[in-house]
Amino acid sequence: MRTEWRGFKGNKWKSEVDVRDFIQNNYTSYDGDESFLAKPTKATEELWGILKNLQKEERAKGGVLDMETEIVSSLTAYGPGYIGEKTKELEKIVGLQTDKPLKRAFMPYGGIKMAEQACTTYGYQPADKLHEVFSKYVKTHNDGVFDAYTTEMKHVRHNHILTGLPDTYGRGRIVGDYRRVALYGIDFLIQEKKNDLENMGDREMIDDVIRLREEVSMQIKALKGLKEMAASYGFDISIPASNAREAVQWLYFGYLGAVKTQNGAAMSVGRVSTFLDIYMTRDINEGNLTEDDAQELIDHLVMKFRMVKFARIPSYNQLFSGDPVWATLEVGGIGQDGRSMVTKNDFRFLHTLENMGPSPEPNLTVLYSKRLPDGFKKYAAMISVTTSSIQYENDDIMRPVWGDDYSICCCVSATQTGKEMQFFGARANLAKALLYAINGGVDAKSHEQCGPAFRPISGDVITYEEFAPRFDAIMDWLASVYVKTLNLIHYMHDKYFYEAEEMALIDTDVRRTFATGIAGFSHVVDSICAIKYAKVNILRDETGFPIEFKTEGDFPRYGNDDERADEIAVWLLKTFMNKIKKCHTYRNSEPTTSILTITSNVVYGKYTGAMPDGRAAGTPLAPGANPSYGAEKNGLLASLNSVAKLPYEYALDGISNTQTINPGALGHDDVERANTLVNVMDGYFSQGAHHLNVNVFGIDKLKDAMEHPEKEEYQNFTIRVSGYAVKFIDLTREQQLDVIARQAHETL
Amino acid sequence: MAKANVHSIESFGSVDGPGVRFIIFLQGCPMRCLFCHNPDTWELGKGQEFSADELLDKAERYKSYWGDEGGITVSGGEALLQIDFLIEFFSKAKLRGINTCLDTSAQPFTRREPYFSKFETLMKYTDTILLDIKHINDTEHRKLTHHSNSNILDCAKYLSDTGKKVWIRHVLIPGITDKEEYLSQLNAFIKTLKNVERVEILPYHTLGTFKYDKLNIEYPLKGIEPPSKDSIDKATAILKQGLEL
Repeated sequence: MRTEWRGFKGNKWKSEVDVRDFIQNNYTSYDGDESFLAKPTKATEELWGILKNLQKEERAKGGVLDMETEIVSSLTAYGPGYIGEKTKELEKIVGLQTDKPLKRAFMPYGGIKMAEQACTTYGYQPADKLHEVFSKYVKTHNDGVFDAYTTEMKHVRHNHILTGLPDTYGRGRIVGDYRRVALYGIDFLIQEKKNDLENMGDREMIDDVIRLREEVSMQIKALKGLKEMAASYGFDISIPASNAREAVQWLYFGYLGAVKTQNGAAMSVGRVSTFLDIYMTRDINEGNLTEDDAQELIDHLVMKFRMVKFARIPSYNQLFSGDPVWATLEVGGIGQDGRSMVTKNDFRFLHTLENMGPSPEPNLTVLYSKRLPDGFKKYAAMISVTTSSIQYENDDIMRPVWGDDYSICCCVSATQTGKEMQFFGARANLAKALLYAINGGVDAKSHEQCGPAFRPISGDVITYEEFAPRFDAIMDWLASVYVKTLNLIHYMHDKYFYEAEEMALIDTDVRRTFATGIAGFSHVVDSICAIKYAKVNILRDETGFPIEFKTEGDFPRYGNDDERADEIAVWLLKTFMNKIKKCHTYRNSEPTTSILTITSNVVYGKYTGAMPDGRAAGTPLAPGANPSYGAEKNGLLASLNSVAKLPYEYALDGISNTQTINPGALGHDDVERANTLVNVMDGYFSQGAHHLNVNVFGIDKLKDAMEHPEKEEYQNFTIRVSGYAVKFIDLTREQQLDVIARQAHETL
Repeated sequence: MAKANVHSIESFGSVDGPGVRFIIFLQGCPMRCLFCHNPDTWELGKGQEFSADELLDKAERYKSYWGDEGGITVSGGEALLQIDFLIEFFSKAKLRGINTCLDTSAQPFTRREPYFSKFETLMKYTDTILLDIKHINDTEHRKLTHHSNSNILDCAKYLSDTGKKVWIRHVLIPGITDKEEYLSQLNAFIKTLKNVERVEILPYHTLGTFKYDKLNIEYPLKGIEPPSKDSIDKATAILKQGLEL
């Protein structure tokens, strides 16, 4: 047996790649509290001090510290990079995306125009030769997509009924199983991929097989590149990691390879906590590691995740505000055999938010179950109360679908680690679709005939009987054009911007999901309620085009645990998902959908006209699956009950819910607040709800932070928005106002 | 079957009784506290009507959030004005195994019959009482609420004698209830009670003033600002002095 595997139990994982089997055979669950945790070491404090100053400098320079203008990013484009030359020895975990900290790489494969625009926006001028190469000799993803787009696709895109499509940037959402690098070393992984290649296409040589053969060959090259990259830092990762420090380092190299080669919208780290704890526990038992050392390794790893940066264009930043990378990393969860998968490392990852202060990245996600150990639940809740930096997802509803080794590949979407990849599909604006149903397919903003031209509702009042069949037809059309557009985008992404490094760390026989999404959910539900239960009058302009609605009478609204509204919400989700399912999806992927908007609810709202529920034209949509602003009349739990009714089986890509709770409404002191929060989450998740972003702060703090972003206390003030976390002061003013406008749950 | 006149419902309360609680605000109040932030609950006989079972069905939608401690709290207005309903409501809640809590000023309390017997019955089904003592000094109490405090303090004594769990709550209003002398007197009174689980200062706030404008009532405490954190801490210290809570 390999010496690196000394003391590890189990057999199956030794003969073939099976990280889950390794974890299940070797982890030590921890049921205690946080009292064992260690403070930051001197090295951590010094390095983090340097980084904080760099972040400050970055902000002072308008959001970007430095950019590459000469070199195209790749695994081996740069030699080794460190936070600082003088502090090199302090870095327990090493590796930067470029040659300098926070410097953003040049990544043209998604589209050369975007890569150039990202530079020029911040005052950098990319080299002429880059332009020449990537417009004359090398085709990009973006070029491919626009070569193939149909007129209709351009139309729906231009009218923003489909928005945020990954046709100008990396699709992301692919989580390489970075643990494999640590457990097996690169040579074993190369050999496995070579075996796959050998066994592929012996009988048939059709396009699927040819493509896969080409892809696996690219994966093997990427693995070799990864080895070379690590060697430049003085590490030989061809063999397995032999101790905790190496395991963390090897794993990080795997992740670093991904962020050097891809600028995906979400670049998740995955479920690494319990895995790494096995190495830490072995070292501690062997007497080679103290708790201080263990925490330092995790702190330094997390510091690296906090440094990941991509060059983005302004339109991207408007959609995904605050410079997020979704370095999503999970803690917690329960195993298939009923054992808690919480280890000391799960505490250590959360503890980074205390040792180095709040931070949006990595996007720390607690896989929640009522059965998690009390000590861990309380500690996580306490971290929420004091930092508002973590999110919760329901392990009890995800485990039956994805097993006990899934990762969250973006904000809320689960994916089996190393077994699956996802075609990210942004979202369809159903709020606009509802207006198309009333307007006969004419866009309220552009006045173009974007949807199919059927008869608009011509009367002064919208009757449900007139509305329902029209809305159904529009959703049919939208689902079809949506899936077709995504099929095309992902075909081109595979062709021109293939994720060779990440896919090298995923099984060759990969399962693919096709992740569509819904925006404007609550407004559609409430508007249908208004049409059904009240009297919706259409106000028209001089040409007869509907510009506003006057709704008379009361109507139920989603977010009050009112069955009348909530059953429409469930109906809407099921109906749209079933329409998506009818369509053919690229590479036989399994269609899913999400109710998630990120911060793009503000941009989507801008292009959406007034609605029957009373939402004014151009104002932000409610984010994700949140009830509309001001609709909730019965407090937080009534709102949570409504969201909890949405069936996860129909939205396997996730149902995002973001709640802000005033500290005073949670309890008198932090201990009481944490206990209350545990009760709230137990209640919410035991009803089958999927996700909860928890913010604990008052409106006053937000207002002050908006007016005084320069105050030291706000430099790392982190808040949860739909599915991820951002520094509040990094949001646009519009988005800050939107966050403030959402009703904070507070009892008088 | 008594029906309740309900002002409003809050699905999530975590500071009005132990744990997470479903709170029912009943309509109608005899007091006219100058600092009241819910003047819309004053008028009697208004509000939406609910039967005990309807409200319990509603409340039980939130059972999964209550954990070991939580349950329902009835507040107001002044809940004791609808004591017949309360008896039915809490007795039925107990049958369903729900923890009950009553938030009251105790102003309707009297040892006269038939009220007293009803109150005794209600106490059988009440787990915790949140007792608001608005002012310890009777003259000041009359000024502040238009009522005497003697029956309220008597209620506190009764609850102490019968060993009912009580949280004493006291609104801290700058210039009105924050005098050291009064706080010390209140502290001395609380020390005579044997059943107090918690003593809480509720800092006066102005978040309800918009309701006065809406109802076209002049706001009597115009110009008074919420107390500073310092004075809250000071008052808390005085109020809890010598108490083992």
